[in-house]
Amino acid sequence: MSSCRKRCKREILKFAQYLFRVITGTLNPDSIEDELELSAVRHRPEALEQLEAQTRFSRKELQILYRGFKNECPSGVVNEDTFKEIYAQFFPQGDASTYAHFLFNAFDTDHNGSVSFEDFVMGLSILLRGSVQEKLNWAFNLYDINKDGYITKEEMLDIIKSIYDMMGKCTYPILKEETPRQHVEIFFQKMDKNRDGVVTIDEFIDCCQNDENIMRSMQLFENVI
Amino acid sequence: MAAGVAAWLPFARAAAIGWMPVANLPMPVAPSNKNKRQDELIILNVSGRRFQTWRNTLDRYPDTLLGSSEKEFFFNEETREYFFDRDPDVFRSILNFYRTGKLHYPRYECISAYDEELAFFGIIPEIISDCCYEEYKDRKRENTERLMDDLEDNKDSKLPNMTFRETMWRAFENPHTSTMALVFYYVTGFFIALSVITNVVETVPCGYMPNQRDVPCGERYTEAFFCMDTACVMIFTVEYLMRLFAAPSRYRFMRSVMSIIDVVAILPYYIGLVMTNNEDVSGAFVTLRVFRVFRIFKFSRHSQGLRILGYTLKSCASELGFLLFSLTMAIIIFATVMFYAEKGSSSSKFTSIPASFWYTIVTMTTLGYGDMVPKTIAGKIFGSICSLSGVLVIALPVPVIVSNFSRIYHQNQRADKRKAQKVQKARLARMRISKSGSSTAFLHSKRNGLNQSLELTQLPYYKMKLSPQGSLEEDQQLKKTTSLLESQHHHLLHCLEKTTNHEFVDERLYEQGYLQTALQNFPSQSPSLSSEEGITGTCCSRRPKKNIQPLNATHTHSHTHNLQELSALHIQCGEQQPLNTSRSSLNLMSDESGSLNCKSSGLVTTAIISIPTPPSNNSRASPDAPSPPNPEAPPLLNPSSTDVVKISAL
Repeated sequence: MSSCRKRCKREILKFAQYLFRVITGTLNPDSIEDELELSAVRHRPEALEQLEAQTRFSRKELQILYRGFKNECPSGVVNEDTFKEIYAQFFPQGDASTYAHFLFNAFDTDHNGSVSFEDFVMGLSILLRGSVQEKLNWAFNLYDINKDGYITKEEMLDIIKSIYDMMGKCTYPILKEETPRQHVEIFFQKMDKNRDGVVTIDEFIDCCQNDENIMRSMQLFENVI
Repeated sequence: MAAGVAAWLPFARAAAIGWMPVANLPMPVAPSNKNKRQDELIILNVSGRRFQTWRNTLDRYPDTLLGSSEKEFFFNEETREYFFDRDPDVFRSILNFYRTGKLHYPRYECISAYDEELAFFGIIPEIISDCCYEEYKDRKRENTERLMDDLEDNKDSKLPNMTFRETMWRAFENPHTSTMALVFYYVTGFFIALSVITNVVETVPCGYMPNQRDVPCGERYTEAFFCMDTACVMIFTVEYLMRLFAAPSRYRFMRSVMSIIDVVAILPYYIGLVMTNNEDVSGAFVTLRVFRVFRIFKFSRHSQGLRILGYTLKSCASELGFLLFSLTMAIIIFATVMFYAEKGSSSSKFTSIPASFWYTIVTMTTLGYGDMVPKTIAGKIFGSICSLSGVLVIALPVPVIVSNFSRIYHQNQRADKRKAQKVQKARLARMRISKSGSSTAFLHSKRNGLNQSLELTQLPYYKMKLSPQGSLEEDQQLKKTTSLLESQHHHLLHCLEKTTNHEFVDERLYEQGYLQTALQNFPSQSPSLSSEEGITGTCCSRRPKKNIQPLNATHTHSHTHNLQELSALHIQCGEQQPLNTSRSSLNLMSDESGSLNCKSSGLVTTAIISIPTPPSNNSRASPDAPSPPNPEAPPLLNPSSTDVVKISAL
């Protein structure tokens, strides 16, 4: 009962205030937009020694990496939008956002929606300093969107479409609708040994290790840092 | 590429490993980091204040002074630092640009000093970030206007060789230039005043005629007034003709407002001369005399304030229009209401709604003549509401007009805003160009053959000069190194091309290719020594062809099933056909945007012909033979690595 009365009183008070404002003509207070802090999270990475132990980078390399990372993301973590923005700068002609999304998921190993410096450096360590097996593992992880251990044709189609999206519109020859699909077919023909419609990790690694081109290209980015 | 993300290029390249298992083609070779040195701190000594930064930070913008090798000129050997004899305060903003990618304009700085520093360090002002750009542009505009005003003031000094006509025009426009002009100015002013006064006095009743009727002075002293009128009109005519003669652009002068006023002022007199004293036309004639009052507008040449007022009214046209419109609405509403309210009362003056308009207007403007008053109670109530609302409706737009007036008086804002919009567009266009610079740089470097990367199947290539002409500059162009960052970025884009087996082209070519329904397959049978055809193929088939040296010959291209890599540089040969490579009539101007192809317009300067063959067969084209080199390479049957003949002119 008392709560009801209290509520009534509050309502009446509000109405009276409103009338008062109307009559005297005070302006509405500007709606205070609470600027949502983009991320109140401030993340500090683990100590340099620990990262040195966990990854295959030297101290100096870690320093350089962190400086670049911190410059772009002062808060210490990258969220997906920033990630997409950064990646899109490298492909001005096309739309890199879908592929960046898949990349983000591949880097975000603990699936918490943001990539911290540790995740970043771990991923890079595998990509740049890892063995071929690890790299192929990582690639498989990238393609396997739902992380169930199998690459289906739909997943592959999504990935390939996102790669073609990065090319943009102005290509030679003109990108046709069925090009990604054809590409997927070629891929599955190559990789899917037992023709069951999905590619498992073993099939994948097996097949890649037998393909000279792929093996060679895996070594391509050895000395990126 | 923005500065900060340059640090992420290693990440983007590493992530490219994700494309590798999907790609069907071999990847290009990565640019090697030959002089890879550890990142070092460099010291920049600017007039004694030392700034330190990483070398990589400065390398982010290779087309500025600090980012290029130009800074080596300022290197001081003894102190091992770079010394610049410039302003250290402004240098702070410049260095921050390298660090953060954003260029800010400090408000306390003088605009021209800042501009000079930017010019020295090779930074274009357009990249000032949005937070400071408005301020920068405003200050810049003020500055240029002030400079222009100073210039104009100095311009009034007599130039030695102005024609008589120009002198006259200057005298008319600016009476203070010479005594004659001043005299002329005052004389015309006097006559305008005289004319106006005569018009007024003409209608005053003066004196009595014997027939006991007040006559206006005009009818009493007809000749006197007629003489004065004639004199004034003659002066005005002479003045008008002289202005017309002196005007630099007669057509524009005749269209201007002042000249129209002049014409309207003197025309009634001439028309009156021409017309006889007919009964029919005398009514019209009288009306014409009304136009004589327009002579008073001639005063606006003499008064700056009048001109500003006129300009204000013109620019406030929308507000005035709104005022009029709202007044009309209110008048109609209240007139209707009053009419129906007063309908009942007898002997009411509100006979119709238009008749009530008069009452409404008089009431709303708070005039209140009293010739029409409501008698019913309802009418009185509505009448009072009408007068109250009249005050409001009229009072509202007036401050707007007032503020407009003061605004125009102080600053000509409208024209500047329009100018600013144009500048904004230009600025956006420039920024777009620089942003798309990375993609065009990639296409550019492809064209230049700087992307000399080969497939991962290592193949030799040989550079051959086919004609010495013009090769020197192209040679230097080849030697001009793109920065390591750029080459790495281009390598990344190249990998993407290989993964998807499509190529980046720019807009024009894309549209050309789009228009073509089918790619044509032109196997050329024999090299003809005529220069009829350039590269036949999708890209070039619409190019104008010109005659060229007999050295040139057609070359073939035919595309295999999937792999249609046709940039200007890569020509694929058919599997079954012998390798009919021939030099094309390529003469690429390197800075032709958008034409990735050959234009057969001139001499072949240099060409790199590389004929990748499978490692077993390493034949190559003989460069000097004028006939098309026909290497002995057998046709390739391996679908994965195709015969790619790269021809690029440098």
